[in-house]
Amino acid sequence: MNPEIIGQYLPLYGEAAILTVELGFLGVLFSAVVGLFCAAVLYLRVPILRQIVWIYIELSRNTPLLIQLFFIYYGLPKVGIRTTPAVCGVAGLTFLGGSYMAEAFRSGLEAVPKIQEESALSLGMTKAQAIRLVILPQAFSVSVPALVANVIFLLKETSVFSAVSLMDLMFTAKNLIGLYYDTTEALFLLVVFYLIILLPVGVLGTVLEKRVRYAGFGS
Amino acid sequence: MSEEVLTLRGVVKEFDGKTILDGIDLTIRQGEVAVIIGPSGCGKSTLLRCINALEPIREGEILLQGEPIRAGAKNLPSLRQKIGMVFQSYDLYPHMTVMENITLSPRKVQKRDRREVEREAAELLARVGLSDKAESYPRQLSGGQKQRVAIVRMLIMQPEILLFDEVTAALDPEMVREVLDVMLELAHQGRTMLIVTHEMAFAQAIAHRIIFMDDGRIVEEGTPGQFFTKPQTKRAQEFLDRFRFDT
Amino acid sequence: MQALGLDVLFKGQNFIRLLGGLGVALRISLIAVVISIPAGVLLGTLMTKKNPVIRGILRFYLEFMRIMPQMVLLFLVFFGSTRSLGLDLSGETSAVIVFSLWGTAEMSDLVRGAITSIPRHQYDAAAALCLSERQTYYYIIFPQALRRLLPLSINLITRMIKTTSLVLMIGVVEIIKVAQQIIEANRMSSPNAAFGVYLTVFMMYFLACFPISMLARFLEKRFYE
Repeated sequence: MNPEIIGQYLPLYGEAAILTVELGFLGVLFSAVVGLFCAAVLYLRVPILRQIVWIYIELSRNTPLLIQLFFIYYGLPKVGIRTTPAVCGVAGLTFLGGSYMAEAFRSGLEAVPKIQEESALSLGMTKAQAIRLVILPQAFSVSVPALVANVIFLLKETSVFSAVSLMDLMFTAKNLIGLYYDTTEALFLLVVFYLIILLPVGVLGTVLEKRVRYAGFGS
Repeated sequence: MSEEVLTLRGVVKEFDGKTILDGIDLTIRQGEVAVIIGPSGCGKSTLLRCINALEPIREGEILLQGEPIRAGAKNLPSLRQKIGMVFQSYDLYPHMTVMENITLSPRKVQKRDRREVEREAAELLARVGLSDKAESYPRQLSGGQKQRVAIVRMLIMQPEILLFDEVTAALDPEMVREVLDVMLELAHQGRTMLIVTHEMAFAQAIAHRIIFMDDGRIVEEGTPGQFFTKPQTKRAQEFLDRFRFDT
Repeated sequence: MQALGLDVLFKGQNFIRLLGGLGVALRISLIAVVISIPAGVLLGTLMTKKNPVIRGILRFYLEFMRIMPQMVLLFLVFFGSTRSLGLDLSGETSAVIVFSLWGTAEMSDLVRGAITSIPRHQYDAAAALCLSERQTYYYIIFPQALRRLLPLSINLITRMIKTTSLVLMIGVVEIIKVAQQIIEANRMSSPNAAFGVYLTVFMMYFLACFPISMLARFLEKRFYE
């Protein structure tokens, strides 16, 4: 491995990593919003919307992100929906991540015993107050491990973004290998940069998980 | 005769095509302590849940101080504040301290001043012997302590009638007494109470009136003296015999 | 039909060619799953053992496989093998190697989870009845772990099918490649072909994964009730 080459490539990887993190962050954020909405629809059993959400979740979970991106980037312009690569990346990640986040929130909501809502109601709260003050805080703490796993999963999934000509880490590595044959250095930096992005999230997740857990409900 | 607090007329409740409550008529007056007993599945817990509108009823009406209670009604939260209910399972909010559990509803629902509510909560906790637990989380408490906190959490709402749904059924035997003692004291204060229990000796000690239910109906009513010594119906007789066999 | 570009699918061999592309991806998934499941059972069982060296090595392997995007793993093997080992692996061989290594890691973690979820007293009870360690695993632990494991390993199959779509990125002829060829060939006659073809590819993946997901969910419900 040649340290000089590594030093030379470092800025390129740095830029690519920033793009990956930015788009990944936006994708995770929008996924969480979509997921929360879908989980609410399922939890409150909203008619009609519930079926639509179900179809969305199944479509999203049973297709690969790469294919979702191809459809958004190359297919949708033919029916008049045009996107830039960055918008396409975030939209694809949100389409994928929304269903995973929905599952995480939903399982958290369903882990809260029915009696919690009932006792809140019997103490005079409205249903909205019971959900906001009593159910959501408990549901969230149950969801945390799954949410953290989803964040890592979605950040990993950004590695297919180069398919829609985004200059991310994979794109940079492939380019350098193709142009200069510095395979070892290019791959080394690729691994290092993904570790730099993903390891802190994993560690943060473990810390967060420990802090929000209220060892066992009521027992 | 004192004022009617709770009135049930012809209450019918069905679930999955099965009749759970089959025409219940019941009146509870100010200061009265009524105890409902009966075999498992007779509908006694469902009756309490219907009174709090946690279950919709199919027929009949339930009146609290003359006002109808209906599941889904707009004024339900304000009516429910007048009904205090304690459940069998420990239902404290696990993510809040004892103090937060108690003060949440008075602050968020009744919009009362935080300091005033906390002072009152501290007084009530002292009355049930839990002054030192205000900052504990539910998981750090024993079952009996949790139930006493649940009682305080309900009392601070200043309810007109107190409902107890088998509150000692899930407790270890040595903790039953501490909860029952709190309930006895409430009875002595002249509170209006409707209690579902399996503790026969306790029922005899606390009740002004025993209500015996079987198969979704009230089969027999009477003073504890009458009911436990000379039950009028065969079904009540058989039910009591089962308990005597144990002892 | 023309407007949505679905017509190209019915021209000549196009639909069959798309199916053939999906077939390559499914073949890679299948081989990888067939290797991953027994290898994962073996490694997962080893992970529950007390030996710190074995556990340390397996832990490192597992964590590395799980934190790296599969795309990176694919690059490491496809581009890295030539440089460091002097091998010239085909895209398909690289894909099989990578997805087997990844699948093994995922499977071993599922197996480890399933085995450690069996309560301690089950081992104690078996020991009290004088079963040997092998007998304990064979008669007591594995049958119980299998019930938890089955839905999860079926889910692994759908994840594998979705993941194999990545082989397009290292140039293995595969469903997307075929789609692109069809779109190119019909650029003049059917300008909207991209919509129809990519929608079809999308639905093909869905139809491949959805029944398997449903089966996994069905089994999960049955075993947990």
